[in-house]
Amino acid sequence: MESSKPKKKHEALSTDRRSLLKAAAASAAAAAAGLSVAQGGTNEAEKDWRWDKAVCRFCGTGCGVMVATKNDRIVAVKGDPLAPVNRGLNCIKGYFLAKIMYGKDRLTRPLLRVNKQGEFDKKGEFKPVSWKKAFEVMADQFKKAYGELGPTGIAFFGSGQYTIQEGFAASKLIKAGFRSNNIDPNARHCMASAVAAFIQTFGIDEPAGCYDDIELTDSFVLWGSNMAENHPVLWARVIDRKLSAPDRVKVAVLSTYQHMNADMADLAIIFKPHTDLAIQNYILREILYNHPDAIDREFVDKYTTYATGYVDIGYGMRSDPNHPKYSDKERETMQKELAKTVSEAEAKALAFLGLKPGDKLEMKHRAAAGAHWQIAFDDLKKALEPYTLDFVAELAKGDPDEPLESFKKKLQELVQIFVEQGRKVVSFWTMGFNQHTRGTWVNEQVYAIHLLLGKHAKPGSGAFSLTGQPSACGTAREVGTFAHRLPSDMVVANPKHREIAEKIWRVPEGTINPKVGANFVQIMRDLEDGKIKWAWVHVNNPWQNTANANHWVKAAREMDNFIVVSEVYPGISTKVADLILPTAMIYEKWGAYGNSERRTQHWRQQVTPPGMAMPDIWQYMEFSKFFKLKEVWKEHKLPDGTVLPDVLDKAKAMGYDPDQTLFDVLFNHPELRKFAWPDPIGEGFLNTEAVGDGRAIQDAEGKPFKGYGFFVQKALWEEYRQFTLGTGHDLADFDTYHRVRGLRWPVVDGKETPWRFNTKYDPFARKANPGGEFAFYGKAKKKIPKGNLFGPEAGTSVDLTNRAKIFFRPYMDPPEMPDDRYPFWLVTGRVLEHWHSGTMTMRVPELYRAVPEALVYMNPEDAKKIGVKDGQFVWVESRRGKVKARASTRGRNRPPKGLIFVPWFDERVLINKVTNDQRCPISKQTDYKKAAVKVYPA
Amino acid sequence: MHEVDKTRRRMIFRTLQGVTLTAVGGAFWAGFVHENAQAELVLRPPGALPEDEFLATCIRCGLCVSDCPYDTLRLGAYGDDVPVGTPYFKPREVPCYLCEDIPCAAACPTGALDLLGLTDEEGELDVSRSRMGVAVVDYNNCIAARGLRCDACVRACPYIGDAIFVDTRRNPRTGKHAMLVPVVDADYCTGCGLCEHACVTEKASILVLPRDVALGKAGEHYDLPAPNFSPEVPENEI
Repeated sequence: MESSKPKKKHEALSTDRRSLLKAAAASAAAAAAGLSVAQGGTNEAEKDWRWDKAVCRFCGTGCGVMVATKNDRIVAVKGDPLAPVNRGLNCIKGYFLAKIMYGKDRLTRPLLRVNKQGEFDKKGEFKPVSWKKAFEVMADQFKKAYGELGPTGIAFFGSGQYTIQEGFAASKLIKAGFRSNNIDPNARHCMASAVAAFIQTFGIDEPAGCYDDIELTDSFVLWGSNMAENHPVLWARVIDRKLSAPDRVKVAVLSTYQHMNADMADLAIIFKPHTDLAIQNYILREILYNHPDAIDREFVDKYTTYATGYVDIGYGMRSDPNHPKYSDKERETMQKELAKTVSEAEAKALAFLGLKPGDKLEMKHRAAAGAHWQIAFDDLKKALEPYTLDFVAELAKGDPDEPLESFKKKLQELVQIFVEQGRKVVSFWTMGFNQHTRGTWVNEQVYAIHLLLGKHAKPGSGAFSLTGQPSACGTAREVGTFAHRLPSDMVVANPKHREIAEKIWRVPEGTINPKVGANFVQIMRDLEDGKIKWAWVHVNNPWQNTANANHWVKAAREMDNFIVVSEVYPGISTKVADLILPTAMIYEKWGAYGNSERRTQHWRQQVTPPGMAMPDIWQYMEFSKFFKLKEVWKEHKLPDGTVLPDVLDKAKAMGYDPDQTLFDVLFNHPELRKFAWPDPIGEGFLNTEAVGDGRAIQDAEGKPFKGYGFFVQKALWEEYRQFTLGTGHDLADFDTYHRVRGLRWPVVDGKETPWRFNTKYDPFARKANPGGEFAFYGKAKKKIPKGNLFGPEAGTSVDLTNRAKIFFRPYMDPPEMPDDRYPFWLVTGRVLEHWHSGTMTMRVPELYRAVPEALVYMNPEDAKKIGVKDGQFVWVESRRGKVKARASTRGRNRPPKGLIFVPWFDERVLINKVTNDQRCPISKQTDYKKAAVKVYPA
Repeated sequence: MHEVDKTRRRMIFRTLQGVTLTAVGGAFWAGFVHENAQAELVLRPPGALPEDEFLATCIRCGLCVSDCPYDTLRLGAYGDDVPVGTPYFKPREVPCYLCEDIPCAAACPTGALDLLGLTDEEGELDVSRSRMGVAVVDYNNCIAARGLRCDACVRACPYIGDAIFVDTRRNPRTGKHAMLVPVVDADYCTGCGLCEHACVTEKASILVLPRDVALGKAGEHYDLPAPNFSPEVPENEI
């Protein structure tokens, strides 16, 4: 309906409303004309509000917001009319953005578990302590663990919600300071499979396309993504495109249950969990066997090659199924890590290996899960042969009540969307793909489809991985706050990369540990095994967000270790902590985020943090004062025998004194201090780290904190930026981002890059392939062996410069599937109203009222069968644990028979006690979408 | 679910082709509420007889209230603007969760809450036949009508797609976002108030009113076409 409302003829509006409407119209007109809107109140009460641009704290969409402050308090927010992503709109989480900062139980004091004498005691109660005491105990405990176990005995739980500078500072502290790679973000739970597939397929992380694809495409294929709820504003763009040409534009949604996205789709395909791999292979088979004309031969020949890898790679579970801390029930699933019996479906899907049903498949290549090699076109064709419509439809149909013929017809329609000549296609996906025991594969397969058809890296066509968190791209991935990464797609295992990082960080050669650290789940397992005894949580809630939570809660509370949690509100992780540090939130500090389309957006500190809460960066910097170079840069022997050399002599040669602290070298370095405060870009704004903020906060030495005396965030940004220049990840200087509404990297000569790898738009593609049309110029994994479907040929190597890989990856069963005892699939996910573990949004009264509890969404017939009615409590129980929640048989999420959906935002329904820590062996990302459970009345 | 028109089931998103909606602007209702006695706006439990009959039949025993598992129902007390001792609910505080076994009506000893009207052709209880009221959207203050992605009321509805759905329209202000605006279908709305309860605006921008208060009535001298809620007009109506 095009704005069909008749114009009002009477003057019934209040003066206030009229002026507001006028202002809104003016700002819309200005936005359309590309002008900046004069900020300032539209009425008397708003006259002294200060409006400034910022970015939303929630999902990976990256909506721009305007924030109004008065008397050091945020009084209003609105969508930024000039932000290209959202043009003045928000979802309801954004609508309540300011309220998340003002919950009644904000943490405002450091809290330490102490005994009656006031000394730290793991079994003690939380008591408020000074920052000085907090840091002293924290450093003592760190030195105890570090002294006993070395750099592998401590860890940081990082985040996709770190600001870019925070992630950079944390990474620098642990990698260059403590010489440990045990830092891994919650983005491991979220985007790791997407990353692994980007690296394997293109040799460089992050999407080729951008959000402009939405307005340019003819078709959307959504794979395992409920964008309508989880990328709400982006979904509004998809719907708008659909409305702009309803007959031309098609929306196909593949999901394991009916939800809001599927409701809107032209084509909704409800498939059985994990069979997305089979559906992809059916599409590939159709292309090769029945629509060879649809293949873009020139594109494929010039810019791609074919590849495959091992299938016997396990499921990322513990390698010891007989681990003493696990029960016999748990072991039923865990033993598949080492070997499994080939099922009927797998025998067909893996026919190219000559496997038969009942064969034992030993997981021999668990340590080489990511290894892959080039194969020939004929190999691909042969491997795809079994994926016929009959086989795949039978395997993949997710709703037992849907006739097979109807499902087949839908699969055929899906193929038509892809193969139609001249039809542009964008594939979007999120956690349905990434949280998958073959998550890397399923990402790679969607690229295979797009690459074969030449529908990638072109305006309106491409496979586009959507990000869940606001800075999973900007911080976790680009800064590289992972156990194996360094900034700008570099990795710790590569000596050249370490050298570059050591140079930019101004630390001695040989400082950085070459051994990949413990990833997120591994840190939990190591805590359980006593291999890590000190951990610090940044900007996330690991004890709520990690699968198989019972084990990790026990590990934190019952093992000899020390857990520090920097938080803003109480939650499961603060409950298991030994020390809680009150932390500044979003607009209480300077920061930057990077969204799904490579758009980097900065904001200024708007208000003072409450109570004694302090920014994360301040916490890292204060903590770094406790460590002398001679304590950390000496020789270390790692448990695997690796020796980290003593680098103190080299440090001395660089002018450092072994008695200097990490603070002096990493953060208070004269080169960083060159970035002075005040700075015109921050005129009139707070800068807690630079000059304090008027509160008498005691620092680590117990003295009033008056600031570090320089522009810390700008200094860190400019240091980080050096990592990016010339690499294809190029970022602009700090000040530029404060003048624009974000820029999509690579930013070269002040210009952003909407489409990468395409020489029309991407200067790096032009440089890599002058005169050509495309160049997949990523440098990683570009020298691989040749081979066939069985394996690589020893001693061979092919150079794949500028080429992307079209992978063949077969269907395999997940390690745990419903059976007689645990007859339901459990799928977990999110709802629009709440963000992640709910610590922020559950404290907004309006959002709490809208969705106060997590429900067990189930099919009404299943409910009838187990004897429960809508609204009654049920237990959801797996081999690992159980939770109680109300059943919902009507409404927003409608699973087929045999499947339940439970969102994870509600700490009272701690569904991750039920899920399994099974993972993609390549990406090490957990599969939260497939556990076998029983459901019964409570 | 009581089915009025099978072709419309589960059409959560629809693009309306310029129709008049049952929902009415808030400015009008605000005036109405002000000028009329609160008593006329009282919402009764599922299965309640028409208000006159209900008042004559209800013996003020309170059994429905004590059997309500969600503490939705309460008894009118002095000063409530509700006849003393009669059951009612305020959805913004606690909505009716539409229990499948309808314990309130089942407890009623007099038939003031009439289970017969809540029973389908096979004799099974069907709470979707409740007509406690009808939800009305105030489009002046609904944030979805300004383009924000809310639709919390739609997702709160147990009969999503039937009783309430999202009208998709292009947002000329941004040029590239659709507005997803909630629209109530009075034929299906039970008046449970889960939408009003969920609404995130300071004062709810969707509220439940008694049906005889909220709904108009077209004259019988003209055979009106069906409301155009479906994107496709059924062939027999062309």
